[in-house]
Amino acid sequence: MKVIRIAKGQWAEGLESLRKSMRLIAPLQEKGFHAFQELAPGQAPELAFQNSRLSPKSLVFPQSETMLTYSLDKDDPEHDIMKVAPKDYGPRAVIGIRPCDAKALALVKMNFDTDRYKDPYWLNLYNATTFVGLACDSPCSTCFCTTAGCGPYHQEGLDVLLVDRTDDYLAKPLTGKGAQWLAAAGFNTGTDGTEAIDQARQAAEARIASTVETGNLRGADTMALYNADIWADVSFACINCGTCTFTCPTCWCFDIQDEVYRTKGARMRNWDSCMFPIFTVHTTGHNPRDTKLHRVRQRFMHKLRYFVDKYDQGIMCVGCGRCVRQCPVNIDIRRVSTLMNRVGADARCAAQRR
Amino acid sequence: MSTYTEKMKETARRLLQECRVEMVIGFRRGSQPMMNEPCVVRKPEDADELVWDSNCGINLANYLTDRKEKIGIFAKGCDSRNIVTHVLENKIQREQLVVIGVPCLGMIDKRKIAAATEGEILAVTESGDQITVKTAHGAQNFAKAEVLQQNCSVCTHRNPVIHDEMIAEPVAEQTDVNPYADVADIESMPAEERWAYFEDLLAPCIRCYACRNACPLCYCPTCFVDESKPQWVGKGQDPLDVRTFHFLRAFHCAGRCTDCGACERACPVGINMRLLTRKLNKDCVDLYGWEAGLATDTRPALDIYQANDPENFIK
Repeated sequence: MKVIRIAKGQWAEGLESLRKSMRLIAPLQEKGFHAFQELAPGQAPELAFQNSRLSPKSLVFPQSETMLTYSLDKDDPEHDIMKVAPKDYGPRAVIGIRPCDAKALALVKMNFDTDRYKDPYWLNLYNATTFVGLACDSPCSTCFCTTAGCGPYHQEGLDVLLVDRTDDYLAKPLTGKGAQWLAAAGFNTGTDGTEAIDQARQAAEARIASTVETGNLRGADTMALYNADIWADVSFACINCGTCTFTCPTCWCFDIQDEVYRTKGARMRNWDSCMFPIFTVHTTGHNPRDTKLHRVRQRFMHKLRYFVDKYDQGIMCVGCGRCVRQCPVNIDIRRVSTLMNRVGADARCAAQRR
Repeated sequence: MSTYTEKMKETARRLLQECRVEMVIGFRRGSQPMMNEPCVVRKPEDADELVWDSNCGINLANYLTDRKEKIGIFAKGCDSRNIVTHVLENKIQREQLVVIGVPCLGMIDKRKIAAATEGEILAVTESGDQITVKTAHGAQNFAKAEVLQQNCSVCTHRNPVIHDEMIAEPVAEQTDVNPYADVADIESMPAEERWAYFEDLLAPCIRCYACRNACPLCYCPTCFVDESKPQWVGKGQDPLDVRTFHFLRAFHCAGRCTDCGACERACPVGINMRLLTRKLNKDCVDLYGWEAGLATDTRPALDIYQANDPENFIK
């Protein structure tokens, strides 16, 4: 598909045309930070940002979502019948999502869209959305996407990739949905931008200054990693809050709750976190992960090892660095990966010797 | 305060070598500007990783709860007051501790500095009362007093209230500060305006519970928001539930809070939930002349009854 040139003068008008057929969601500044919100008529996306404070995962996976509703009123002929809660699954576009966050959705999709299970709530929102990504030319010092199977111009999970230049955007349609979005906006000036995009990509990748080390983990002995002596030190500072998991674009755990008020009930799901002690409490009261060492280890093992074991599609991390920047006690996945990888080097040899 | 570091390493090393403690709780250099990581040192040779500067705002008393070891712990004024509270509430025994006092000149507020800086902050260094912030565009200097955490700027207990060792001579206490000016402003708002103020204050909350978990007072085995039998609070993002969490947590800290600022510092979305706890601190001062954590031999205001307790709330 041919690269499209969008002059910045055309941008606002194009978005207004799109608004006739879909909702537009984009980063806007609120209380000093960027967050993805629906654009009001005439409102322009605020794209001069590094990344949103919270990941945009809530656009397809709301922190708190009603799935089903029911009545407990015996006089109601439909009492005790679970009904699907009405939702707006109309078409919408997310404009300005960073490639890391789009790739994160593609990773999460592996869990919500399997041969055995299809999560309708997540998939309906995902499928209703056109993802118009914004390539990342000024990454944060904490970004490590290029060693996390991603990159500042990564295309996975996107329908269109926008590259911001001084006077225009270069738009690379990546799917039929993306091409349709560009056409609906009236963005149709074809240009030969492939080489320019490639050069910009290489320059952006060179700006990624930090890394995660995971090279030795895939083949390493799982129990050697699990029992390694690093975890007490890694987990000491952890306060068991949910900041890392809630800000993470690839964390997808949830808890299902019924909330009843008088005779009206709702079955909802809320984000949950493996950092919370109650996350794993059994109905017997037994908690298989009852210390923070267990929980911290679980988080890193899941991201860097178990997910790899299950899908073999790379790690469950895209290198956005939000957990690094926002952890209140500065537990840093880059440091932990280095420690794990060191154990992994020895453990891999041990596995080979068996 | 960064000059304390060498003395701290020496002290920790000595306490471990002399087997006076099994572990020393302190800070090590963080990977991020304006962040240090709470850490534990168990071997004398590891004492060299300890560090101290104006980025040690996490309250280390939080790491003492229910521990059984003999522990050395670095304590600035607020940490020491929370250690006192822990001792009073039987979360640690005084005899288990070697409290290494750290006279404190305040911790810097990373959000304040980020808001006053153009571009991403790459490094922050300090020298005396000068803070230097480096970005890709250059360096910018701040007077430390201008970028202190708000609780530190109005702190009147900078020196540890209990200690077994001291890292330095006590610093001068601040006397001409009014810690409750902003609380009084909120008190004077008409009810509707105040309600709107709190609604706006708590709107960004994502219920990660970083505020609760960074707080040394919040050590309940199961917090009321986590209870499921019975379930007191909804777990979703309904503003009513979010408010219930914050308001009730504040009430649970009444007469116990030392305004160490760990809650606000830990919040990933920058909510100043200290306004709630400080209103209760103010009430404790006004009603009972009580400030938490000053002495291990006095029961907290809400633990005891006195014949002259104010009772004009009974209508």
